[in-house]
Amino acid sequence: MRIPDIAPGAKVLALGHYQPSNVVTNDDLAKTMETNDEWIQSRVGIKERRVAGPAESVEDMATQAGGKALAASGLSAADIDLVIVATCTLETQIPNAAAVVAHRLGIRSPGAFDVNAACAGFCFALGVASSAIRAGSAKNVLVIGAEKLSQWIDWTDRSTAVIFADGAGAAVVGPSDKPGIGPVVWGSSGDKSDAIIINDRHDSLHQEGQTVFRWATTALHPVAKEACERAGVDPSELAAFVPHQANLRIIEAIARKLGADQAVVGRDIVTAGNTSAASIPLALSRMLERGEVRSGELALILGFGAGLTYAGQVIEIP
Amino acid sequence: MAATEQEILEGLGKIINEITGIPATDVTPEKNFVDDLDIDSLSMVEIAVAAQDEFGVEIPDDQLKNLKTVKDVLTFIQN
Repeated sequence: MRIPDIAPGAKVLALGHYQPSNVVTNDDLAKTMETNDEWIQSRVGIKERRVAGPAESVEDMATQAGGKALAASGLSAADIDLVIVATCTLETQIPNAAAVVAHRLGIRSPGAFDVNAACAGFCFALGVASSAIRAGSAKNVLVIGAEKLSQWIDWTDRSTAVIFADGAGAAVVGPSDKPGIGPVVWGSSGDKSDAIIINDRHDSLHQEGQTVFRWATTALHPVAKEACERAGVDPSELAAFVPHQANLRIIEAIARKLGADQAVVGRDIVTAGNTSAASIPLALSRMLERGEVRSGELALILGFGAGLTYAGQVIEIP
Repeated sequence: MAATEQEILEGLGKIINEITGIPATDVTPEKNFVDDLDIDSLSMVEIAVAAQDEFGVEIPDDQLKNLKTVKDVLTFIQN
């Protein structure tokens, strides 16, 4: 038996994102449920979000974001040999999104699988992609987070309808001489599996807001610090902290406890809503596009959500 | 020796001031968190977590929803 030459590192080569064109403002929601702009902004920090149309699927959004990341990477479809889609909102269980998206992008016969770790999914998938490259199981990997939360939401339930949204973000990951993706720190708390749940195929998403808020604001900053420590990066060296865009108050609480005072904190939720597994690559791609972060800088990403699950790692911005 | 009700009230006032900006002197036993102090459910969680650090008493979420007034919290912490 033998194994191929192992790549010393893996890095994110390029990012891409896609959002549906339909903008839903807080005032729009106030027309159909008992809520208002002030209430929503003060509790979750969202001003507007994007919602996909009935004909626009998770796979459609994933293909758009993946195609943009692939184009930005300079690689061709033929260079990709593994596609991973992080999602928890597919309309049906099979086929998986990854094989469908790969086919649409002209990526021929790659390894293709989906990851369901809810809102933490992208960081799990990126960790697997990095390991696959370094172990010689894949050469270049397309990692996509894509969600259509709108089809699993009760649009009369103001505790969830104001939070969740649709979108996709993607990263092309390839080998590198020096590490561009730090060790992933991941874990779960299955004892809190009821805190965010869809009970069956006819049900909508339910969330125990206070339980999730307490967990997110007390249990996750140690994970963030550990991800830095495992990568040998002091939080003061971070140019950006881009956590899952769950709730602005959670984002700011974790950022404060992380103590990376100089880092730009991802606040993409304000105009994108909570897009679960899509939120981190969507936020990072948009921050790069707006010039809030620059290529070569270090960012800490941290996903967390239903399961409960969590994962984070330090990455070099492409 | 356990903290007196007055000491807990002062500590709670300081915590609520730090989290919400409400003057600590406004935090008096008869005040209702929602109706009088306009404190939302997420801020209540932050207050409960900070109170746990300060007084060493855990206030779980299922208990938290029963604590409507400042006095309720004082009693919970003391007992």
